[in-house]
Amino acid sequence: MSTRTLHGRGLVGGIAEGEALVTSEALSGWGGVEPRRGRVIELRHELVGQSFAGKVLVFPGAKGSSGWSGMFHMSRLMGTAPAAMVFTTMNTKIALGVVVTRVPAITDLDDDPLTAVRTGDWVRVDADRGELIVTRAAG
Amino acid sequence: MRLAPDEQAMLDGEQGEAVQAAMDLLVRYGEVLGAERLVDTDNVCGANLFGSRHTMVCGSPGPDAAFSEHSLDAAVPLPIPPVRAQSYQLIGPMDTRNWEVQGVSVEERDAVVASEAYSAEHGIHLMNTCTPYQVGNVPVKGEHCAWMESSAVVYVNSVLGARTNVEGRESTGAAMLTGKIPYWGYHLPENRFGSHLVDVGVPVVDTLDWGLLGYWIGEQVAEGVPVLDGITATPDLVKLKHFGAAAASSGGVELYHVPGITAEARTVEEAFAAAPPVERLSYGPAERRQTYEHLNSTGRDEHVDLVMIGCPHATLGQIRDVVRLLEGRRVHAESELWVFTPRALREVAEQNGYARALEAAGARLMSDTCPAIGQFLPKGTRVIATDSAKQVHYLPAIMDVQGYFGTLQDCVDAAVTGRWQGVLR
Repeated sequence: MSTRTLHGRGLVGGIAEGEALVTSEALSGWGGVEPRRGRVIELRHELVGQSFAGKVLVFPGAKGSSGWSGMFHMSRLMGTAPAAMVFTTMNTKIALGVVVTRVPAITDLDDDPLTAVRTGDWVRVDADRGELIVTRAAG
Repeated sequence: MRLAPDEQAMLDGEQGEAVQAAMDLLVRYGEVLGAERLVDTDNVCGANLFGSRHTMVCGSPGPDAAFSEHSLDAAVPLPIPPVRAQSYQLIGPMDTRNWEVQGVSVEERDAVVASEAYSAEHGIHLMNTCTPYQVGNVPVKGEHCAWMESSAVVYVNSVLGARTNVEGRESTGAAMLTGKIPYWGYHLPENRFGSHLVDVGVPVVDTLDWGLLGYWIGEQVAEGVPVLDGITATPDLVKLKHFGAAAASSGGVELYHVPGITAEARTVEEAFAAAPPVERLSYGPAERRQTYEHLNSTGRDEHVDLVMIGCPHATLGQIRDVVRLLEGRRVHAESELWVFTPRALREVAEQNGYARALEAAGARLMSDTCPAIGQFLPKGTRVIATDSAKQVHYLPAIMDVQGYFGTLQDCVDAAVTGRWQGVLR
Protein backbone atom coordinates (compact mmCIF):
# COMPACT_ATOMS: atom_id res chain seq x y z
CA MET A 1 0.00 0.00 0.00
CA SER A 2 1.65 3.23 -1.11
CA THR A 3 0.90 6.68 0.15
CA ARG A 4 2.05 10.07 -1.01
CA THR A 5 1.47 13.61 0.14
CA LEU A 6 0.65 16.64 -1.99
CA HIS A 7 0.84 20.19 -0.68
CA GLY A 8 -1.38 23.10 -1.61
CA ARG A 9 -3.50 25.97 -0.38
CA GLY A 10 -6.19 25.12 2.15
CA LEU A 11 -9.33 27.16 1.48
CA VAL A 12 -11.96 26.03 3.91
CA GLY A 13 -10.41 24.62 7.04
CA GLY A 14 -10.82 21.23 8.62
CA ILE A 15 -9.78 17.64 8.13
CA ALA A 16 -11.76 14.96 6.33
CA GLU A 17 -11.08 11.66 4.67
CA GLY A 18 -12.85 9.35 2.33
CA GLU A 19 -12.80 7.48 -0.93
CA ALA A 20 -11.79 9.60 -3.89
CA LEU A 21 -14.12 10.33 -6.79
CA VAL A 22 -11.95 11.76 -9.56
CA THR A 23 -12.99 13.39 -12.82
CA SER A 24 -11.05 15.37 -15.38
CA GLU A 25 -14.25 17.21 -16.38
CA ALA A 26 -15.49 20.34 -14.63
CA LEU A 27 -18.87 19.91 -12.92
CA SER A 28 -22.07 21.82 -13.44
CA GLY A 29 -23.96 22.57 -10.22
CA TRP A 30 -27.48 23.69 -11.06
CA GLY A 31 -28.73 21.33 -13.76
CA GLY A 32 -25.66 19.15 -13.27
CA VAL A 33 -26.14 17.65 -9.84
CA GLU A 34 -29.17 16.53 -7.87
CA PRO A 35 -28.73 17.40 -4.18
CA ARG A 36 -31.36 15.04 -2.74
CA ARG A 37 -29.14 12.08 -3.54
CA GLY A 38 -25.85 13.88 -4.14
CA ARG A 39 -25.74 12.60 -7.69
CA VAL A 40 -24.31 13.90 -10.98
CA ILE A 41 -27.10 14.23 -13.56
CA GLU A 42 -25.36 16.13 -16.38
CA LEU A 43 -26.01 13.79 -19.31
CA ARG A 44 -22.70 14.25 -21.06
CA HIS A 45 -20.54 14.13 -17.93
CA GLU A 46 -18.37 11.08 -17.35
CA LEU A 47 -19.69 10.83 -13.77
CA VAL A 48 -23.37 10.87 -14.76
CA GLY A 49 -25.40 8.75 -12.33
CA GLN A 50 -22.64 8.57 -9.72
CA SER A 51 -22.91 9.89 -6.17
CA PHE A 52 -20.36 12.20 -4.54
CA ALA A 53 -21.98 12.02 -1.08
CA GLY A 54 -19.34 11.44 1.58
CA LYS A 55 -16.56 11.13 -0.98
CA VAL A 56 -13.53 13.30 -1.61
CA LEU A 57 -14.40 14.98 -4.88
CA VAL A 58 -11.28 15.59 -7.00
CA PHE A 59 -12.11 17.66 -10.07
CA PRO A 60 -10.99 20.62 -12.18
CA GLY A 61 -13.67 22.91 -10.74
CA ALA A 62 -17.06 24.44 -11.44
CA LYS A 63 -18.76 25.35 -14.69
CA GLY A 64 -22.19 26.35 -15.95
CA SER A 65 -25.03 28.10 -14.14
CA SER A 66 -24.67 30.63 -11.33
CA GLY A 67 -26.77 28.25 -9.23
CA TRP A 68 -23.60 26.19 -8.55
CA SER A 69 -23.15 27.24 -4.94
CA GLY A 70 -26.87 26.92 -4.22
CA MET A 71 -26.89 23.26 -5.27
CA PHE A 72 -23.89 22.29 -3.13
CA HIS A 73 -25.26 24.43 -0.28
CA MET A 74 -28.43 22.34 -0.56
CA SER A 75 -26.41 19.11 -0.60
CA ARG A 76 -24.89 20.12 2.75
CA LEU A 77 -28.34 20.79 4.22
CA MET A 78 -29.57 17.44 2.88
CA GLY A 79 -26.56 15.51 4.12
CA THR A 80 -25.29 14.50 0.68
CA ALA A 81 -22.29 16.83 0.37
CA PRO A 82 -18.84 15.51 -0.52
CA ALA A 83 -16.54 14.92 2.49
CA ALA A 84 -13.97 17.28 0.97
CA MET A 85 -13.25 19.02 -2.31
CA VAL A 86 -9.96 19.12 -4.19
CA PHE A 87 -9.81 21.16 -7.38
CA THR A 88 -7.42 22.85 -9.80
CA THR A 89 -9.13 25.85 -11.43
CA MET A 90 -10.38 28.80 -9.39
CA ASN A 91 -13.47 30.75 -10.33
CA THR A 92 -16.29 32.46 -8.46
CA LYS A 93 -18.59 29.43 -8.70
CA ILE A 94 -16.19 27.01 -7.04
CA ALA A 95 -14.96 29.61 -4.52
CA LEU A 96 -18.46 30.40 -3.27
CA GLY A 97 -19.37 26.71 -3.59
CA VAL A 98 -16.66 25.47 -1.23
CA VAL A 99 -17.36 28.29 1.23
CA VAL A 100 -21.06 27.42 1.60
CA THR A 101 -20.58 23.64 1.43
CA ARG A 102 -18.39 24.10 4.52
CA VAL A 103 -16.22 21.05 3.90
CA PRO A 104 -12.39 20.99 3.83
CA ALA A 105 -11.22 22.27 0.45
CA ILE A 106 -7.82 22.57 -1.13
CA THR A 107 -6.32 23.86 -4.40
CA ASP A 108 -2.97 25.02 -5.90
CA LEU A 109 -1.36 21.61 -5.23
CA ASP A 110 2.28 20.92 -6.06
CA ASP A 111 1.26 18.04 -8.34
CA ASP A 112 -1.81 17.59 -10.52
CA PRO A 113 -4.40 15.89 -8.29
CA LEU A 114 -6.39 14.82 -11.35
CA THR A 115 -3.62 12.37 -12.24
CA ALA A 116 -2.06 11.81 -8.81
CA VAL A 117 -5.37 10.58 -7.37
CA ARG A 118 -7.52 7.81 -8.84
CA THR A 119 -11.12 7.01 -8.13
CA GLY A 120 -11.23 4.55 -5.25
CA ASP A 121 -8.03 5.78 -3.59
CA TRP A 122 -8.36 6.68 0.09
CA VAL A 123 -7.71 10.37 0.54
CA ARG A 124 -7.16 12.47 3.64
CA VAL A 125 -7.58 16.22 3.21
CA ASP A 126 -6.04 18.39 5.89
CA ALA A 127 -7.07 21.84 4.74
CA ASP A 128 -5.65 23.49 7.87
CA ARG A 129 -2.16 22.39 6.82
CA GLY A 130 -2.82 22.38 3.08
CA GLU A 131 -2.09 18.65 2.79
CA LEU A 132 -3.54 15.89 0.68
CA ILE A 133 -2.51 12.33 1.61
CA VAL A 134 -3.34 9.72 -1.00
CA THR A 135 -3.36 6.00 -0.28
CA ARG A 136 -3.49 3.97 -3.47
CA ALA A 137 -6.39 1.53 -3.67
CA ALA A 138 -5.42 -2.13 -3.98
CA GLY A 139 -5.30 -3.48 -7.54
CA MET B 1 -8.05 40.74 2.38
CA ARG B 2 -7.82 44.47 3.21
CA LEU B 3 -11.08 45.93 4.49
CA ALA B 4 -11.99 49.61 4.28
CA PRO B 5 -13.17 51.22 7.56
CA ASP B 6 -16.87 50.94 6.62
CA GLU B 7 -16.38 47.27 5.73
CA GLN B 8 -14.56 46.55 8.99
CA ALA B 9 -17.39 48.26 10.88
CA MET B 10 -19.91 45.95 9.20
CA LEU B 11 -17.77 42.93 10.08
CA ASP B 12 -17.64 44.14 13.68
CA GLY B 13 -21.43 44.13 13.83
CA GLU B 14 -22.04 47.87 13.91
CA GLN B 15 -24.94 47.52 11.47
CA GLY B 16 -26.48 44.49 13.08
CA GLU B 17 -26.05 40.77 12.91
CA ALA B 18 -27.38 40.18 9.39
CA VAL B 19 -25.02 42.74 7.84
CA GLN B 20 -22.22 41.23 9.94
CA ALA B 21 -23.03 37.75 8.62
CA ALA B 22 -23.14 39.13 5.08
CA MET B 23 -19.70 40.73 5.48
CA ASP B 24 -18.35 37.54 7.04
CA LEU B 25 -19.51 35.58 3.98
CA LEU B 26 -17.92 38.11 1.61
CA VAL B 27 -14.63 37.91 3.52
CA ARG B 28 -14.58 34.09 3.50
CA TYR B 29 -15.44 34.08 -0.19
CA GLY B 30 -12.98 36.84 -1.10
CA GLU B 31 -10.16 35.05 0.70
CA VAL B 32 -10.79 31.78 -1.13
CA LEU B 33 -10.70 33.74 -4.40
CA GLY B 34 -7.52 35.49 -3.39
CA ALA B 35 -9.14 38.94 -3.76
CA GLU B 36 -7.23 41.81 -2.21
CA ARG B 37 -10.27 43.93 -1.43
CA LEU B 38 -13.96 44.52 -1.96
CA VAL B 39 -15.56 46.99 -4.36
CA ASP B 40 -18.74 49.06 -3.95
CA THR B 41 -21.73 47.99 -5.98
CA ASP B 42 -25.19 49.46 -6.26
CA ASN B 43 -26.51 46.97 -8.81
CA VAL B 44 -27.19 43.48 -7.48
CA CYS B 45 -29.25 40.74 -9.17
CA GLY B 46 -29.96 37.66 -7.10
CA ALA B 47 -32.49 34.91 -6.54
CA ASN B 48 -34.25 34.92 -3.20
CA LEU B 49 -37.71 33.46 -3.80
CA PHE B 50 -38.24 30.36 -1.74
CA GLY B 51 -40.79 27.60 -1.85
CA SER B 52 -41.02 24.61 0.44
CA ARG B 53 -37.98 22.93 -1.12
CA HIS B 54 -35.83 25.64 0.42
CA THR B 55 -37.67 26.35 3.66
CA MET B 56 -38.04 22.69 4.69
CA VAL B 57 -34.31 22.17 5.06
CA CYS B 58 -33.79 25.28 7.21
CA GLY B 59 -34.86 23.91 10.55
CA SER B 60 -37.15 26.89 11.06
CA PRO B 61 -39.80 27.79 8.51
CA GLY B 62 -39.80 31.62 8.70
CA PRO B 63 -38.68 33.82 5.79
CA ASP B 64 -35.80 35.31 7.82
CA ALA B 65 -34.50 31.77 8.37
CA ALA B 66 -34.64 30.99 4.65
CA PHE B 67 -32.86 34.22 3.72
CA SER B 68 -30.25 33.74 6.47
CA GLU B 69 -29.44 30.20 5.38
CA HIS B 70 -29.81 30.28 1.59
CA SER B 71 -28.96 33.91 0.83
CA LEU B 72 -26.28 34.63 3.44
CA ASP B 73 -24.96 31.21 4.53
CA ALA B 74 -25.43 32.46 8.10
CA ALA B 75 -25.05 29.93 10.89
CA VAL B 76 -28.31 30.92 12.62
CA PRO B 77 -31.56 32.64 11.55
CA LEU B 78 -31.21 36.42 11.80
CA PRO B 79 -33.67 39.31 11.40
CA ILE B 80 -33.02 40.68 7.91
CA PRO B 81 -33.01 44.49 7.45
CA PRO B 82 -34.02 46.25 4.20
CA VAL B 83 -31.42 45.82 1.48
CA ARG B 84 -28.81 48.55 1.11
CA ALA B 85 -27.90 48.24 -2.60
CA GLN B 86 -30.31 48.50 -5.52
CA SER B 87 -31.35 44.86 -5.66
CA TYR B 88 -33.29 42.87 -8.23
CA GLN B 89 -35.01 39.50 -8.14
CA LEU B 90 -34.03 37.27 -11.08
CA ILE B 91 -36.07 34.42 -12.55
CA GLY B 92 -37.94 32.46 -9.89
CA PRO B 93 -39.80 29.21 -9.35
CA MET B 94 -43.36 30.19 -10.26
CA ASP B 95 -45.65 32.16 -12.55
CA THR B 96 -48.12 33.77 -10.14
CA ARG B 97 -50.90 33.53 -12.73
CA ASN B 98 -50.18 30.16 -14.32
CA TRP B 99 -49.17 28.27 -11.20
CA GLU B 100 -51.93 25.72 -11.73
CA VAL B 101 -50.66 24.94 -15.23
CA GLN B 102 -47.25 24.45 -13.63
CA GLY B 103 -48.74 21.84 -11.32
CA VAL B 104 -48.00 23.92 -8.21
CA SER B 105 -50.12 23.17 -5.12
CA VAL B 106 -52.06 25.92 -3.32
CA GLU B 107 -49.72 25.63 -0.31
CA GLU B 108 -46.67 25.97 -2.52
CA ARG B 109 -48.18 28.92 -4.35
CA ASP B 110 -48.89 30.63 -1.05
CA ALA B 111 -45.28 30.06 0.03
CA VAL B 112 -43.86 31.67 -3.11
CA VAL B 113 -46.33 34.57 -2.96
CA ALA B 114 -45.33 35.17 0.68
CA SER B 115 -41.68 35.03 -0.32
CA GLU B 116 -42.30 37.64 -3.03
CA ALA B 117 -43.99 39.90 -0.48
CA TYR B 118 -41.03 39.43 1.89
CA SER B 119 -38.58 40.38 -0.87
CA ALA B 120 -40.65 43.41 -1.82
CA GLU B 121 -40.84 44.56 1.83
CA HIS B 122 -37.05 44.39 1.97
CA GLY B 123 -36.72 46.55 -1.13
CA ILE B 124 -35.79 43.88 -3.68
CA HIS B 125 -37.27 44.83 -7.06
CA LEU B 126 -39.42 41.98 -8.35
CA MET B 127 -38.18 41.80 -11.95
CA ASN B 128 -38.65 38.01 -11.99
CA THR B 129 -36.63 37.42 -15.11
CA CYS B 130 -33.32 36.02 -16.33
CA THR B 131 -33.05 39.12 -18.56
CA PRO B 132 -33.07 42.19 -16.27
CA TYR B 133 -31.42 44.12 -19.13
CA GLN B 134 -34.74 43.85 -21.02
CA VAL B 135 -36.82 45.51 -18.36
CA GLY B 136 -34.95 48.47 -16.96
CA ASN B 137 -31.70 47.29 -15.44
CA VAL B 138 -29.21 48.29 -18.13
CA PRO B 139 -25.79 48.78 -16.51
CA VAL B 140 -23.46 51.43 -17.89
CA LYS B 141 -20.01 50.61 -19.28
CA GLY B 142 -17.61 50.19 -16.38
CA GLU B 143 -20.35 49.87 -13.73
CA HIS B 144 -19.46 47.38 -10.98
CA CYS B 145 -22.33 44.93 -10.56
CA ALA B 146 -22.95 41.72 -8.65
CA TRP B 147 -25.18 39.54 -10.78
CA MET B 148 -26.19 35.93 -10.81
CA GLU B 149 -27.59 34.25 -13.93
CA SER B 150 -24.79 33.30 -16.29
CA SER B 151 -26.72 34.35 -19.43
CA ALA B 152 -27.34 37.82 -18.03
CA VAL B 153 -23.76 38.22 -16.78
CA VAL B 154 -22.25 37.41 -20.16
CA TYR B 155 -24.70 39.81 -21.82
CA VAL B 156 -24.02 42.84 -19.62
CA ASN B 157 -20.26 42.20 -19.44
CA SER B 158 -19.86 41.82 -23.19
CA VAL B 159 -22.57 43.81 -24.94
CA LEU B 160 -22.73 46.66 -22.40
CA GLY B 161 -19.26 46.61 -20.83
CA ALA B 162 -20.51 46.27 -17.24
CA ARG B 163 -18.21 44.58 -14.73
CA THR B 164 -19.42 41.52 -12.90
CA ASN B 165 -18.40 37.95 -12.27
CA VAL B 166 -20.96 35.16 -12.21
CA GLU B 167 -22.07 35.50 -8.62
CA GLY B 168 -24.15 33.02 -6.63
CA ARG B 169 -27.17 33.27 -4.37
CA GLU B 170 -25.16 33.74 -1.18
CA SER B 171 -22.74 36.33 -2.57
CA THR B 172 -25.56 38.38 -4.10
CA GLY B 173 -27.57 38.11 -0.88
CA ALA B 174 -24.56 39.47 1.00
CA ALA B 175 -24.01 42.18 -1.64
CA MET B 176 -27.63 43.32 -1.29
CA LEU B 177 -27.17 43.95 2.43
CA THR B 178 -23.66 45.47 2.26
CA GLY B 179 -23.31 47.05 -1.21
CA LYS B 180 -19.98 45.21 -1.57
CA ILE B 181 -18.55 42.34 -3.64
CA PRO B 182 -14.98 40.94 -4.00
CA TYR B 183 -12.85 42.96 -6.41
CA TRP B 184 -11.67 40.00 -8.45
CA GLY B 185 -11.88 38.54 -11.96
CA TYR B 186 -13.84 40.66 -14.41
CA HIS B 187 -13.97 43.67 -12.09
CA LEU B 188 -10.28 44.23 -12.95
CA PRO B 189 -9.62 45.85 -16.33
CA GLU B 190 -6.53 43.68 -16.96
CA ASN B 191 -8.67 40.52 -16.93
CA ARG B 192 -11.01 41.73 -19.63
CA PHE B 193 -8.81 41.19 -22.70
CA GLY B 194 -9.40 38.36 -25.17
CA SER B 195 -7.87 34.91 -24.73
CA HIS B 196 -9.02 32.98 -27.83
CA LEU B 197 -9.37 34.26 -31.37
CA VAL B 198 -12.24 32.62 -33.25
CA ASP B 199 -12.20 32.82 -37.03
CA VAL B 200 -15.83 32.56 -38.04
CA GLY B 201 -15.83 31.11 -41.54
CA VAL B 202 -19.57 30.70 -42.12
CA PRO B 203 -22.27 33.36 -42.24
CA VAL B 204 -23.93 33.72 -38.82
CA VAL B 205 -27.38 34.92 -39.70
CA ASP B 206 -30.31 33.84 -37.56
CA THR B 207 -30.83 33.08 -33.88
CA LEU B 208 -30.15 29.38 -34.50
CA ASP B 209 -26.77 30.25 -36.04
CA TRP B 210 -25.84 32.38 -33.05
CA GLY B 211 -26.92 29.67 -30.63
CA LEU B 212 -24.83 27.05 -32.44
CA LEU B 213 -21.79 29.33 -32.57
CA GLY B 214 -22.11 30.14 -28.86
CA TYR B 215 -22.49 26.53 -27.84
CA TRP B 216 -19.46 25.47 -29.89
CA ILE B 217 -17.32 28.31 -28.58
CA GLY B 218 -18.22 27.51 -24.97
CA GLU B 219 -17.09 23.93 -25.47
CA GLN B 220 -13.79 25.07 -26.98
CA VAL B 221 -12.76 27.93 -24.71
CA ALA B 222 -14.39 26.85 -21.41
CA GLU B 223 -13.83 29.98 -19.28
CA GLY B 224 -11.80 31.92 -21.80
CA VAL B 225 -12.64 35.29 -23.33
CA PRO B 226 -13.36 34.56 -27.00
CA VAL B 227 -12.94 37.25 -29.64
CA LEU B 228 -15.01 36.74 -32.79
CA ASP B 229 -13.45 37.65 -36.10
CA GLY B 230 -15.43 37.44 -39.34
CA ILE B 231 -18.85 38.59 -38.16
CA THR B 232 -20.19 40.56 -41.10
CA ALA B 233 -23.74 41.42 -40.04
CA THR B 234 -24.50 43.23 -36.76
CA PRO B 235 -26.55 40.95 -34.50
CA ASP B 236 -29.48 42.21 -32.44
CA LEU B 237 -30.30 41.72 -28.76
CA VAL B 238 -32.06 38.39 -29.37
CA LYS B 239 -29.12 36.86 -31.22
CA LEU B 240 -26.57 37.96 -28.62
CA LYS B 241 -28.90 36.84 -25.83
CA HIS B 242 -28.94 33.32 -27.35
CA PHE B 243 -25.24 33.35 -28.22
CA GLY B 244 -24.12 34.28 -24.71
CA ALA B 245 -26.56 31.93 -22.98
CA ALA B 246 -25.27 29.03 -25.10
CA ALA B 247 -21.59 29.87 -24.51
CA ALA B 248 -22.20 30.20 -20.77
CA SER B 249 -23.98 26.81 -20.67
CA SER B 250 -21.61 24.62 -22.65
CA GLY B 251 -18.54 26.30 -21.16
CA GLY B 252 -18.25 29.12 -18.68
CA VAL B 253 -17.93 32.15 -20.90
CA GLU B 254 -18.63 35.32 -18.89
CA LEU B 255 -17.18 37.82 -21.36
CA TYR B 256 -16.59 37.90 -25.12
CA HIS B 257 -15.78 40.53 -27.68
CA VAL B 258 -17.14 41.07 -31.17
CA PRO B 259 -14.79 43.88 -32.23
CA GLY B 260 -16.61 46.95 -33.48
CA ILE B 261 -19.95 45.65 -32.16
CA THR B 262 -19.72 44.91 -28.44
CA ALA B 263 -18.72 47.50 -25.84
CA GLU B 264 -15.01 47.17 -25.22
CA ALA B 265 -12.97 46.33 -28.30
CA ARG B 266 -13.12 48.32 -31.51
CA THR B 267 -10.65 46.02 -33.27
CA VAL B 268 -9.18 42.53 -32.87
CA GLU B 269 -5.86 44.17 -31.96
CA GLU B 270 -7.52 46.13 -29.19
CA ALA B 271 -9.11 42.94 -27.82
CA PHE B 272 -5.65 41.36 -27.56
CA ALA B 273 -3.78 44.49 -26.47
CA ALA B 274 -2.48 42.78 -23.31
CA ALA B 275 -1.25 39.53 -24.87
CA PRO B 276 -1.60 37.58 -28.12
CA PRO B 277 -4.30 34.86 -28.33
CA VAL B 278 -3.50 31.65 -26.45
CA GLU B 279 -5.30 29.78 -29.19
CA ARG B 280 -6.75 30.39 -32.64
CA LEU B 281 -9.92 28.50 -33.47
CA SER B 282 -11.82 28.08 -36.72
CA TYR B 283 -15.57 27.69 -36.94
CA GLY B 284 -16.81 26.42 -40.28
CA PRO B 285 -19.64 24.32 -41.76
CA ALA B 286 -18.37 21.09 -40.14
CA GLU B 287 -18.30 22.61 -36.64
CA ARG B 288 -21.74 24.10 -37.20
CA ARG B 289 -23.24 20.77 -38.26
CA GLN B 290 -21.52 18.81 -35.52
CA THR B 291 -22.91 21.22 -32.88
CA TYR B 292 -26.40 20.98 -34.32
CA GLU B 293 -26.31 17.18 -34.23
CA HIS B 294 -24.94 17.18 -30.79
CA LEU B 295 -27.69 19.50 -29.48
CA ASN B 296 -30.28 17.19 -31.06
CA SER B 297 -28.68 14.00 -29.81
CA THR B 298 -31.33 13.26 -27.17
CA GLY B 299 -34.21 13.58 -29.67
CA ARG B 300 -35.50 10.20 -30.93
CA ASP B 301 -39.31 10.18 -31.05
CA GLU B 302 -41.04 12.23 -33.70
CA HIS B 303 -43.98 13.41 -31.57
CA VAL B 304 -43.29 16.62 -29.64
CA ASP B 305 -45.20 17.20 -26.39
CA LEU B 306 -43.94 20.69 -25.54
CA VAL B 307 -42.43 23.52 -27.51
CA MET B 308 -40.67 26.00 -25.23
CA ILE B 309 -39.79 29.51 -26.44
CA GLY B 310 -38.16 32.13 -24.22
CA CYS B 311 -34.81 30.92 -22.90
CA PRO B 312 -33.49 33.43 -21.99
CA HIS B 313 -36.86 35.17 -21.57
CA ALA B 314 -38.42 36.19 -24.88
CA THR B 315 -38.39 39.74 -26.18
CA LEU B 316 -41.56 41.39 -27.44
CA GLY B 317 -40.17 40.84 -30.92
CA GLN B 318 -39.90 37.10 -30.37
CA ILE B 319 -43.45 37.01 -29.00
CA ARG B 320 -44.73 38.87 -32.03
CA ASP B 321 -42.83 36.47 -34.32
CA VAL B 322 -44.51 33.48 -32.67
CA VAL B 323 -47.91 35.16 -33.09
CA ARG B 324 -47.23 35.73 -36.78
CA LEU B 325 -45.97 32.18 -37.36
CA LEU B 326 -49.18 30.90 -35.76
CA GLU B 327 -51.47 33.04 -37.91
CA GLY B 328 -54.32 30.93 -39.29
CA ARG B 329 -52.97 27.85 -37.51
CA ARG B 330 -53.53 26.12 -34.20
CA VAL B 331 -51.35 24.24 -31.75
CA HIS B 332 -51.81 20.47 -32.16
CA ALA B 333 -54.26 18.83 -29.73
CA GLU B 334 -51.52 16.65 -28.24
CA SER B 335 -48.84 19.35 -28.00
CA GLU B 336 -48.29 22.54 -26.03
CA LEU B 337 -46.57 25.78 -26.99
CA TRP B 338 -45.35 27.82 -24.05
CA VAL B 339 -43.68 31.22 -24.42
CA PHE B 340 -41.84 32.71 -21.41
CA THR B 341 -41.13 36.42 -20.92
CA PRO B 342 -40.48 38.87 -18.06
CA ARG B 343 -43.61 39.86 -16.11
CA ALA B 344 -43.34 43.46 -17.28
CA LEU B 345 -43.22 42.42 -20.92
CA ARG B 346 -46.22 40.15 -20.49
CA GLU B 347 -48.16 43.30 -19.58
CA VAL B 348 -47.07 44.91 -22.83
CA ALA B 349 -47.81 41.73 -24.77
CA GLU B 350 -51.31 41.80 -23.34
CA GLN B 351 -51.69 45.45 -24.28
CA ASN B 352 -50.65 44.59 -27.82
CA GLY B 353 -53.05 41.66 -28.14
CA TYR B 354 -50.23 39.12 -28.48
CA ALA B 355 -51.25 37.23 -25.36
CA ARG B 356 -54.81 36.90 -26.65
CA ALA B 357 -53.61 35.82 -30.08
CA LEU B 358 -51.40 33.14 -28.55
CA GLU B 359 -54.27 31.85 -26.43
CA ALA B 360 -56.62 31.84 -29.39
CA ALA B 361 -54.14 29.61 -31.23
CA GLY B 362 -53.88 27.25 -28.25
CA ALA B 363 -50.50 28.54 -27.05
CA ARG B 364 -49.73 30.11 -23.69
CA LEU B 365 -47.78 33.17 -22.59
CA MET B 366 -46.12 32.73 -19.20
CA SER B 367 -43.76 34.83 -17.09
CA ASP B 368 -41.50 34.87 -14.02
CA THR B 369 -40.04 31.38 -14.48
CA CYS B 370 -39.22 28.63 -16.99
CA PRO B 371 -39.53 24.82 -17.06
CA ALA B 372 -35.88 24.30 -16.10
CA ILE B 373 -35.89 26.70 -13.14
CA GLY B 374 -39.38 25.76 -11.92
CA GLN B 375 -38.96 22.09 -12.88
CA PHE B 376 -42.33 21.64 -14.48
CA LEU B 377 -43.65 20.28 -17.77
CA PRO B 378 -47.09 19.37 -19.11
CA LYS B 379 -48.14 16.03 -17.63
CA GLY B 380 -46.66 13.06 -19.44
CA THR B 381 -44.13 15.10 -21.44
CA ARG B 382 -41.47 12.90 -23.02
CA VAL B 383 -40.22 15.16 -25.82
CA ILE B 384 -39.57 18.90 -25.86
CA ALA B 385 -38.44 21.25 -28.64
CA THR B 386 -36.93 24.71 -28.28
CA ASP B 387 -35.08 27.41 -30.17
CA SER B 388 -32.63 27.75 -27.26
CA ALA B 389 -29.33 25.90 -27.11
CA LYS B 390 -29.27 26.62 -23.38
CA GLN B 391 -32.68 25.10 -22.69
CA VAL B 392 -31.94 21.97 -24.77
CA HIS B 393 -28.65 21.65 -22.87
CA TYR B 394 -30.39 21.67 -19.48
CA LEU B 395 -33.94 20.38 -19.77
CA PRO B 396 -33.20 16.77 -20.84
CA ALA B 397 -30.80 16.45 -17.87
CA ILE B 398 -33.08 18.09 -15.31
CA MET B 399 -36.42 16.64 -16.40
CA ASP B 400 -35.34 13.40 -18.09
CA VAL B 401 -36.93 14.18 -21.46
CA GLN B 402 -35.79 14.08 -25.08
CA GLY B 403 -34.96 17.45 -26.61
CA TYR B 404 -34.89 18.99 -30.08
CA PHE B 405 -33.25 22.26 -31.06
CA GLY B 406 -34.14 24.28 -34.16
CA THR B 407 -35.27 27.61 -35.53
CA LEU B 408 -38.32 29.45 -34.24
CA GLN B 409 -40.10 28.34 -37.43
CA ASP B 410 -39.14 24.67 -36.81
CA CYS B 411 -40.44 24.99 -33.27
CA VAL B 412 -43.77 26.60 -34.13
CA ASP B 413 -44.25 24.05 -36.94
CA ALA B 414 -43.62 21.26 -34.43
CA ALA B 415 -46.24 22.72 -32.09
CA VAL B 416 -48.78 22.93 -34.91
CA THR B 417 -48.15 19.49 -36.45
CA GLY B 418 -47.15 17.72 -33.23
CA ARG B 419 -44.09 16.38 -35.04
CA TRP B 420 -40.43 17.38 -35.18
CA GLN B 421 -39.31 17.99 -38.75
CA GLY B 422 -36.42 20.36 -38.21
CA VAL B 423 -33.33 20.04 -40.38
CA LEU B 424 -30.16 22.12 -40.54
CA ARG B 425 -30.26 24.42 -43.54
